[in-house]
Amino acid sequence: MALVELRSVSKIYHLGGEEIRALDDVSLDIHEGEFISIIGPSGSGKSTLMHILGCLDSPTHGTIQLDGRMIQDASTRELAAIRNRKIGFVFQFFNLLPKLSVLQNVELPMIYSGIATRQRHQRALGALQAVDLANRAKHRPSQLSGGQQQRAAIARALVNDPRIIFADEPTGNLDSHTGEAILALFRRLSREGRTIVLVTHDPEIAAVTPRRIEIRDGKIAEKVDLTLAGLDRPPAPAVLAP
Amino acid sequence: MRSAPTPAQAPAATVPLAHGSIDLWMTVGVGLRETWAHKFRSLLTMLGIILGVSSLVAMSALVKGMEVGAKEALIAVGGLQKVRVEPQELPVEQRHLQEQAVGITINDVYALQASAPLVKRISPEIRIPATASANGKNFRTFMCLGVWPVALELTEHVIAHGRMFNELDDEMARSVCVIGTGTRNELWGSPEEVGREIVPLGETLYVNGLPFTIVGMFPHYESEQERKARELARQQAALQSTNAPAATGPARDRGRGRRGSNFAFWIKNATIYMPLNTAYMKFRSGITYSGFRGSSSGEGNIGDPRLSSLELKIHSVDRLAESLQQIRNVLMTTHRGIEDFSFRTQEEWAENINAFIRNARRSGGLIAGISLLVGGIGIMNIMLASISERVREIGIRKSVGAATADIFIQILVESVFIAMLGGLAGLLTSVALVRLISSFSPTENAPIITVLALSVAFGFSVLVGVLAGLFPAVKAARLNPIQALRYE
Ligand SMILES: Nc1ncnc2c1ncn2[C@@H]1O[C@H](COP(=O)(O)OP(=O)(O)O)[C@@H](O)[C@H]1O
Ligand SMILES: [Mg+2]
Repeated sequence: MALVELRSVSKIYHLGGEEIRALDDVSLDIHEGEFISIIGPSGSGKSTLMHILGCLDSPTHGTIQLDGRMIQDASTRELAAIRNRKIGFVFQFFNLLPKLSVLQNVELPMIYSGIATRQRHQRALGALQAVDLANRAKHRPSQLSGGQQQRAAIARALVNDPRIIFADEPTGNLDSHTGEAILALFRRLSREGRTIVLVTHDPEIAAVTPRRIEIRDGKIAEKVDLTLAGLDRPPAPAVLAP
Repeated sequence: MRSAPTPAQAPAATVPLAHGSIDLWMTVGVGLRETWAHKFRSLLTMLGIILGVSSLVAMSALVKGMEVGAKEALIAVGGLQKVRVEPQELPVEQRHLQEQAVGITINDVYALQASAPLVKRISPEIRIPATASANGKNFRTFMCLGVWPVALELTEHVIAHGRMFNELDDEMARSVCVIGTGTRNELWGSPEEVGREIVPLGETLYVNGLPFTIVGMFPHYESEQERKARELARQQAALQSTNAPAATGPARDRGRGRRGSNFAFWIKNATIYMPLNTAYMKFRSGITYSGFRGSSSGEGNIGDPRLSSLELKIHSVDRLAESLQQIRNVLMTTHRGIEDFSFRTQEEWAENINAFIRNARRSGGLIAGISLLVGGIGIMNIMLASISERVREIGIRKSVGAATADIFIQILVESVFIAMLGGLAGLLTSVALVRLISSFSPTENAPIITVLALSVAFGFSVLVGVLAGLFPAVKAARLNPIQALRYE
């Protein structure tokens, strides 16, 4: 059984009588340990797909099963708990809370899982160490560079040890050099066994992942599965191994 | 092969859906920082609460002070057991009997003594509008009364110096009198002015030109508040100049302002008592020319047998209505059915005090309530503004797993926090306000801040915080996380 099973999922918006099919009959399986990119031009429905996969949004039609649980049956409270325990998000604009320190930002998911202060501290520091940012724990997000902020956001996504990590254009707001470092970090996490879904419009970035799902006008256009082709984890020439 | 970067895989795996609540301290910390980050805005927001709470406390302190002062004064004039019988114009339907109306006379006193067992003490009074002269000074008082010795008990007087005149003095119609310190102060000077307490026993006091020997004097009556103020002032004066004569010391309040409960004490101190018979013989019988012309009612004319009033003390306040009925029955007989008298009870006064306090409470409460309402609207407004500023924050919190209830509680806690800060500031302000008020009018009844008033006011501010936070909290909790995250 796949970690995520998406079946005939559609997301339809109505804008002034006009019907917008942000997602149109999408079916998709994601297996444990996979490193996938979802690629497509702007407005093709990548973010919508990621939000539905990440239980932030619900589909108009279709079903999602995550870790054996049917998501469309879950209450909002259960959905919040699923996002909290099983899913980590990384966004293009980092989405750190400016008034909290880096450490407090990383602690945030654990606050909502009711973990005791001291343990929260230790685990947040551990996650920051894993992204090489422990020395900036006391800083405010605004005192960090873009790349450092994104690493803090990745630490926050990791801290509750989720089953799957979704990253929406994680390098979209970074210069190419910093972006490569972030990609290298994702590659390392993937090697450590994490399940990662990388959303991007950039084919060069998508090239990093073994499996690519191309999406156009809300439909899955093409699946490139390098795992099946025996080309598991090709070394991306632009990325230096950490 | 999965080597997690964090040491805790277990809790997430084994307790997948046990959802924790938010960390209250962290929320309060965030609230504190939010409040501090917008200092001026927060202050404006809290202003309504501060005003509401401080006006609530100050109002209740003022009313409490008045209440205590009024009760003190009530006790000083004899308490609720006292009933006064006064002459009254005849009711319209009895106007034609005017000629037969006898007024209140000593016969009434005897009749009441004989047939009104619910009455404990009776003191007839003849009031003599008087100019008292002694020591080369004059003093006009309307508290010059001819009474029986029992008047002491009825009017809560005690003798501090000398003695009260007795039944013999009354029978013999001796020219003796007992005075209050107010009278002494006017004629001989107050201890503060003179530097020592003058006790003019044996001195001659002229009432409307007729000589009286002073045989006794009352102590100085004053309210608790006056006493404290005077003592404080004396201590301060003593600190300033230890060697200076006491003549420079603080003066007793002579009730010049004649306001509030202090007036009751002023009147009491301005008393001159003489035996009833003496008053009758000297000022009513015509044997001696009194040099004084009576009032328009004819009272005070030569040969007039009428008394000014009767002071009665009943056995029990609980049986006031019954006692009044009994007194009335007796008097209706002696007055042959002509209702030329009326009752004045302290209960009326007490009722007036209570009514006044109720009104003051009600209007003060209304003002405070409006301020709190305005404060609540201010808080709600600011919370709504802060939510639209923080749509993104709310989206982020939801994306990392905050449930609807978590966001709801966070906004509510922030709202209550602001209200509580405002409430605390209001309590401090109220103490300052009450100080200010009492420094403006130090002779008035001191406002009394009670713990109850403080806690009720603070409780209201918390309540306002909760109510004002409800709507913004619901609104924030309902935000769609996708919309919130797209919000740039
Ligand atoms: N709330 C919405 N209401 C109407 N249309 C929407 C809404 N959200 C997304 N869309 C539309 O859905 C399509 C897919 O959007 P999105 O998933 O954000 O694309 P991508 O992330 O690939 O750029 C776009 O055409 C967008 O305009
Ligand atoms: Mg997008």
